Formats: sequence, C-alpha cells, structure tokens
Amino acid sequence: MSALIALSGAQKYFGAYHALRDIDLEIGEGEFFSLLGPSGCGKTTLLRAIAGFEALDGGSVHIDGHDMAGVPANRRPTNMVFQSYAIFPHLSVAENVAFGLRKRGLDAKTQAEKVGGALEMVGLGGYGARAAHALSGGQRQRVALARALVLEPKVLLLDEPLSALDRKMREQMQGELRRLQRHVGITFILVTHDQEEALIMSDRIAVMFDGGITQIDSPEGLYRRPASREVGAFIGQMNFLSGQVRSGSEGFVAQIHGLGHAPLAADQSAEPLVAGQATFGMRPESLSLVFDGQARAASEAAGRVADRAYYGDMTYYEVALDGVAEPVTLSMKNMVGQPVLSVGDAARVAWDPRALIVFSGAGDA
Amino acid sequence: MAGVRGQGHGLRVYAVLYLVFLYAPIVLLPIFAFNDSTIIAFPLSGFTTQWFVELADVPALHSAVLTSLKIAVITALISTLLGICAARAATRYRFPAKAGIMGVIMVPLVLPEIIVAVSLLVVFLQIGLELSSLTVILGHVLICTPFCIAILNGSFQSLDVSLEEAAVDLGESGWGAFRLVILPLVMPGIVASLLIAFTISMDEFIIAFFLSGSDPTLPVYLWGQLRFPQRLPVVMALGTILVVASILIIILAEWFRRRGVAKRGGSDSGGFL
Amino acid sequence: MKDSARGLALVSPTALYALAMLVAPMAAIVLFSFWTQDYLTLDTTLTFDNYREAVTDPIYGQLMVRSLYISGIVTAVTVVLAFPIAYYISFHVAPERKALWIFLVTIPFWTSYLIRVFLWKVILGFNGVLNTSLLGLGIIDAPLTFILYNLNAVVITLAHAFAPFAILPIFVVLERIDRSLLEAAQDLGETALTTFWRVTLPLAMPGVIAAVLIVFIPTVGDYITPRLVGGPGGLMIANMIQTQFLRLNNAPMGATLAVLAMVCVTVIALVFLWLNRRFLRGRN
Ligand SMILES: Nc1ncnc2c1ncn2[C@@H]1O[C@H](COP(=O)(O)OP(=O)(O)OP(=O)(O)O)[C@@H](O)[C@H]1O
Ligand SMILES: [Mg+2]
Repeated sequence: MSALIALSGAQKYFGAYHALRDIDLEIGEGEFFSLLGPSGCGKTTLLRAIAGFEALDGGSVHIDGHDMAGVPANRRPTNMVFQSYAIFPHLSVAENVAFGLRKRGLDAKTQAEKVGGALEMVGLGGYGARAAHALSGGQRQRVALARALVLEPKVLLLDEPLSALDRKMREQMQGELRRLQRHVGITFILVTHDQEEALIMSDRIAVMFDGGITQIDSPEGLYRRPASREVGAFIGQMNFLSGQVRSGSEGFVAQIHGLGHAPLAADQSAEPLVAGQATFGMRPESLSLVFDGQARAASEAAGRVADRAYYGDMTYYEVALDGVAEPVTLSMKNMVGQPVLSVGDAARVAWDPRALIVFSGAGDA
Repeated sequence: MAGVRGQGHGLRVYAVLYLVFLYAPIVLLPIFAFNDSTIIAFPLSGFTTQWFVELADVPALHSAVLTSLKIAVITALISTLLGICAARAATRYRFPAKAGIMGVIMVPLVLPEIIVAVSLLVVFLQIGLELSSLTVILGHVLICTPFCIAILNGSFQSLDVSLEEAAVDLGESGWGAFRLVILPLVMPGIVASLLIAFTISMDEFIIAFFLSGSDPTLPVYLWGQLRFPQRLPVVMALGTILVVASILIIILAEWFRRRGVAKRGGSDSGGFL
Repeated sequence: MKDSARGLALVSPTALYALAMLVAPMAAIVLFSFWTQDYLTLDTTLTFDNYREAVTDPIYGQLMVRSLYISGIVTAVTVVLAFPIAYYISFHVAPERKALWIFLVTIPFWTSYLIRVFLWKVILGFNGVLNTSLLGLGIIDAPLTFILYNLNAVVITLAHAFAPFAILPIFVVLERIDRSLLEAAQDLGETALTTFWRVTLPLAMPGVIAAVLIVFIPTVGDYITPRLVGGPGGLMIANMIQTQFLRLNNAPMGATLAVLAMVCVTVIALVFLWLNRRFLRGRN
C-alpha cells in the first residue's frame, strides 16, 4: 500500500497553544480513514492542514508524492465537505455543483452532464434548478458532496459532515457515505468525535488526544487492543482493575484484586509484557452474570448489583465485587427465561481471561 | 393574560399618536405645496400647481440641484468603497489596534457636525485649498463612511467564513472567491450603502454651508430661500419633490436589503443602522 | 501574522482618510484655538487669551450652559418618548410586522432635515397650523405664543428629528432579550410591572445609554433648529461658532468654542458612562 497522503512531524501552534503535536500519518489510496477524538483535540486543524487552510509550523504534508509546502488550498488535489456545508446561498443546486468546474474549460454540455451525474450519484437527480437555501440539512450535505466529488479529487476531506443531522438521517447517511466511497474509490478522510460513527464507517481510525495521535488501527484493532487506557475508555466502555503481572514458569500471569489470577498471552498488551504493577482493562461484554443453577465458571467472582440500566435488548449492570473499590460494568443480552436482577441482589460474575487487556503501570483504578 | 393585552392596547394608542407626531410635518408639505396662497397657514384657499411650475424657471435652483447630485453621487461611491475596505477588514481579519482604528473611523457618527465643518474649514483655509464642491465631498465622505460601514458590517458579518474557504477549496483564487461568492452576497448591502450615503449627502446642510464656497448645494440654496416669505410656497413644492424622492430611494434601499436577506434564506429583523 | 498584515492593508485607506480628514483637522483646530486673529491677520503666538475670554465673557458661558441644558432636556424627552415605542414594537407587534413598523419610524428621518425643521416653524408659528386649527375649533381664543421662538420649540423639533436615533438602539436590545427570562421572572412570582422593572429595564439599559449618547452628542452642536425656531432665547453654541467663523472673522475664537464644546460633550458622556457602569454594578 503506497501512501497517498503522508504527514511527518507535523506541528501547528496557535500563538502559544500547541494544536498539532508531531503528527506522523500515512493514508493509502482508496482508504476510508477517520480522525477521531474529543472536542478541541485538533481534528479540524489537522484536516485543514491537509486541505491547505492552515500552514504548518513544522513537518510536512505530502500528497501523491508531492510536497505540499507553499501549495495553496486551491491548487491541492483535495476537496472538502465543510461542517456547515458552505453551500453558496446565491446559487442554484446545479450552479453550486458546477462551481469548481468553471476553471476546467469544459463545454457547456459536458459540464451539464458531469453536474447531472454528480447529483444523480448523491441521490439528488432532478434537483439542479432548486435554490440552494430551500434545501433540507440532508440535501445540503448531498450537494456539498456532489460539489466536491464532481472535481474527482484524490482525497475528499469531511469535517463532521453528519453532526448537523438528526439521528435517523445520520444513520442513513453513514451507510450512504460508505457506499459512495466504495463506489468512487476516492480516499475519504472523515473527522468525527462520534466513536460509533468512526467504527461503523472506517477502514482505519486515528485516535487523537490533545493535538497528538495516540493510536492508528482498524476499528476492530482499536476496540480489541487499545494502546492506552485513554483510548480504551474513549472507544466503547471499559472497566479498569488494578493488580500485578507476575512471571511464572508457564509465562506471564495476571493477578487482579478481587478477581483472582489468569494466564496472559503476549497479544493482550500493546507493549511487551513485564512483571510489575499493572492496570487491566475489561469490556462489559467480557464479563457476565452466572445465574442460580448454572455451573460455576472457570473464573468467577461474587458481588452485589449496585445499579442497573435496562435497554430492552440488553441490560447493563454495575456490580460491586467483594474486595474491589469501584463497581464493574457488565452487559447481558436479555434472553427469554433468564431473570433480570434488581439492585441489591447478590450476583456471581464470570469473566473471560482471554479478553483482558494489560496496561503497564498501576493506575488509580 | 388580560393585563398584558390591556397594556398593549394602551401602548398601541400611544404608538399611533407618536406616528402622527412623526409624520405631521411631512404630511403638511404637499398640502401647502398645492395651496393657492403665499401664506403658509390654514384655512387653505384653493388648489394650484403654480408653485411646481415656478420651480422650472429658477436657474439658481437648477444649478444647486446639479451640484448636490454631483456631490452626492461621488460621496456615495467613495464612502461605500472606503466602507467596504473597513467593514471587510473588521469582520474578516484580526490586526493590531483594531478597536482603536475602527473607533476613530466611526467617530464622526457621534461628533457634532458643526465641529467637523469648522475643523475642515480651518485646515482647508490654512493649506490654501479653495472651497468648492471638492471640499464638500471631502467632508461628506468623512461623515457618510461610518454609516456605510455600519450597514456593510451587517452584510459581511452574516457571511460564513467557510463559504469563502469552500470557493478556494474548489479551485478559485482569493480574488475569485471574493468576486464570485462574497461580492454577490454583500451586493444588497453595497446598494443600500450607496443609497444611504447618497441620501445623507443630498440632505446635509452644515458642512456644505461652511465648505461649499460659491457653488451652493441644494440645502444651502434652500436655506437662503427660507428668508423670503414670498418664496415659501415654492420651497414647499421643492420640499415635496425632495421628500417623495427620498422616500422612493429609501424604499428602494429597503427592498434591496430584504431581497438580500431573502436570497440567503435568512429571516428578517429590523432595518437600517 | 500574514492575516494581520492583510487586515491592516485593507483597513488602511479608510483609516488614512480618517486620519487626514478627522484627526489632523481636530489637531489643527486645537492648535488654532491658541492663536488669535485681528480682522484678517492671524497671530500665531500661542496664548490662552481665547480661553480666558471664553470663560470670563458671560455670553459664551451662558450659551454653552444653555446648549448643554437644551440638549439634556431634548435627550430626556426624546428617549422617554421613544422607549414605549421601541417596547411596543418589540413586545406587542407580530414578528412579521416589526420590520414594517421600524421602517415607518425611520422614514421621516430620511427626508430633508432642513425642511422638517422649517415645517415645525410653520406648525408652531403665531399664524401657524396649530394655532389656526385650535382657533378655528374654538379651543383657544388667542394664538399660543409659548410654542415658537423659544426653548420649547427647540425641544419639540429636536425630539422629532432624533426620534429614530433613540428608538433603534433601544429596540435592538429589547429584541435581544430572551423572552423566557421574563416568563422565568413571572414564574418566580414577579408581576408584569415588577418584571419590567427588575428584568426588562436593566437588560434594556445598554440600549438606553446608547440612545442617550446618540441623541445628546449631535444635538449639542445643532445649528439649524435653534436658528429657525429657537428665537433669541433658543440659540445654541453652534450658532455662536458659526458667527465667529463666518461673520466676526474670528476663527480662533470659534475654534476655542468648538474645542470647549467637544470637551464638555466628552466629559459629560464619560461621566454618564461611568455613572451607568456604577449603576449596573450596584444592581448586581
Ligand atoms: N484559528 C485559531 N486560533 C486559535 N486557536 C485555534 C484556532 N483554531 C483552532 N484553535 C484551537 O485549537 C484547538 C483544536 O481545534 P480544532 O478545531 O482542530 O478542534 P477539533 O478537534 O476539530 O474540535 P471539535 O470537535 O470541537 O470541532 C482548540 O483548542 C481550538 O480552540
Ligand atoms: Mg472540528
């Protein structure tokens, strides 16, 4: 996979504020890549640096092998879908889409065909004559997409394109965007602070905190093997338990306060395993309740239900384990004939040692 | 909420009385302009168009009108241009001493005009610049520019920065983005600014009084006429024409402003200033 | 850095114009006020003579005080009359008709000031519209004389001329008041009247202050109205400045009066702003 976009050592300061810290990033051709992180972490700044709207204070951006230093936004092979969509309100839908074609020197017929094709592609065939300000949020977003895609850029940059839509529309557009990307085969870089959206849509995701990239991986890789506690907590839910890693005759063993011990495999930690204090991460779905009459699980702990949230298909429990300060969260699929426990009930909790993730160093968990 | 409705009713009566107060002088103007008597008082004596006819053969009046038109058009163009620069700079860029610079530019808005007039007079006389239409234009541009900026600020402010960035992103140069996106969107504001600067300049008296030299503007000419009672009905006729013209201009300006708002799909609130 | 350079470049034509046509002339007039003139010869030695004369000759002091006094009354009358209109338009007019009302209120402002003032003279005069109508209707037996060529006439005329300047800023702040604040106040037990007093009025204060300054400052220097309807007792400082410049050929004295007028206006405006800030802080 040759990198279409390569950033190395990218730095950006706003006055004294360090907005991008030493960003290294390679994005391949045809990839659906997401930048995910909490508000204010620098996602938009990074995207705008690629687009050419922010000049870097250090490092470089290469697109398709060319150094982009000094190349203004209007001469970069990138196009952007703005968060506010930035649809030109004084132009019709078709004029908006044709805006960037003006300088291509096409004859009127070819241009009209291209515009029509782009509108068709985003599901707005026949809307060309509409005034831009008479569109709904979802339609504006489609116009913004068509306007950028009609130029056949090497990279399409999308800054939180779905955040202005209501939930239902957002879910629909997530699917459509994904399909559109596969169809046109252009590299998409999507900025989002919605982890679910990033997981659903992306081939790979970069997780950003505080101006820096903490981890780049596939959605599954990120979820299964978060590189840090921060990432683990940001993507999905995670319980953190403290304990030690011991080295025994048959390899490393986890000793977790309140839960007991279990053998560890090398791929359960982002860094090489070493003996010492450690924090262990565990997803809610890797813990489960053992109901009366069921056989005792291999790894089991006892406790009491401290809180409960019923979601219909699932129930989330907070269970205070004996000898553990913080309650753990676990999720149970609701099955017919299986009881739903109430707050205060005694609970047996089984856990899957293979799902443990080891973070080195003792946390405060 | 009967209390609130009752209060609203009282206020409504007051509002109507207030409008009567506001419009009383203007309503009288055409009444006396068509009244067949040289004395401006009730009861009316009859209908005549004589005063309007007389307007046609006063050469001094015609040259005053021409002078005023010339000054107002040039003033409107220059002050709108200066207004565009300042409003664009103020809404788009951050620069050192911005508040101070903008403050100084806007000062004429809160400065008694007599002070503008005499200070310019002093300078012009000292540097030996002969009083003429040019000196009036210099003064008028100074007082009109803040009004233009106030109007244009509104237009530029409601522009989303990403519209401009989108244009650049789609391949336009900075100038192309300005011409193809920003200019069309602020055009209604520009037209309103031109019309308002024109109206202010047409109407301005004290600066023109001090700086116009031997070529009086229309208000300065009118001022001279007010001293001759027998000229008053003609002044009324002229006033009527002026008021009708101003109202037409202002309706035009408002229409442009609203069209601008509608074009952008915004909702309307308030008017000028 | 690049951005700020661009901003400065863009603002510079306008700023330079203001520098040349406003700041420099202001400086010149201050300088001028320290010179003296004897008929047509200027004496450029710096002296306080003009200021001494302005302070000691009672006619100048009287005119200045009268100007400030008239402007003060005009401002009070204009703002007090304007507030209910702004309030009515903001709170009692349907949203889609607000623009129309604002438009109605501003139209008279755009018609010739000179002619409007002159028409007040026609309305208020001895044989004016008001007197002839009232006489005709038998409401009065003799023409009212207290309404023209005095302070009353000046106040009425200026209150008329500056109405939109008072209404608009108040209207703008009233529009910005979040209506749920008023409902919250009533929900917390305030009556309509106390809500107005404790919530609406304090929130509208910035608009009222703006209105006061916008009316007060230019009226101090008004020339036309006192000349046309003020009579001898209604003349103001601008008339004297004009006389010094264009009739008595004593430009330095005119400059001195202009400077003094500016200083007075500025000081009063600042004191007013300061009092207002204390008032607002006192409430919090
Ligand atoms: N032009 C600017 N001047 C100064 N600071 C800025 C500027 N643009 C962004 N910042 C700061 O840089 C940081 C990163 O901003 P950025 O817009 O990239 O965040 P983000 O990750 O996109 O957040 P969000 O999810 O809220 O959009 C923020 O703290 C922001 O305040
Ligand atoms: Mg952002």
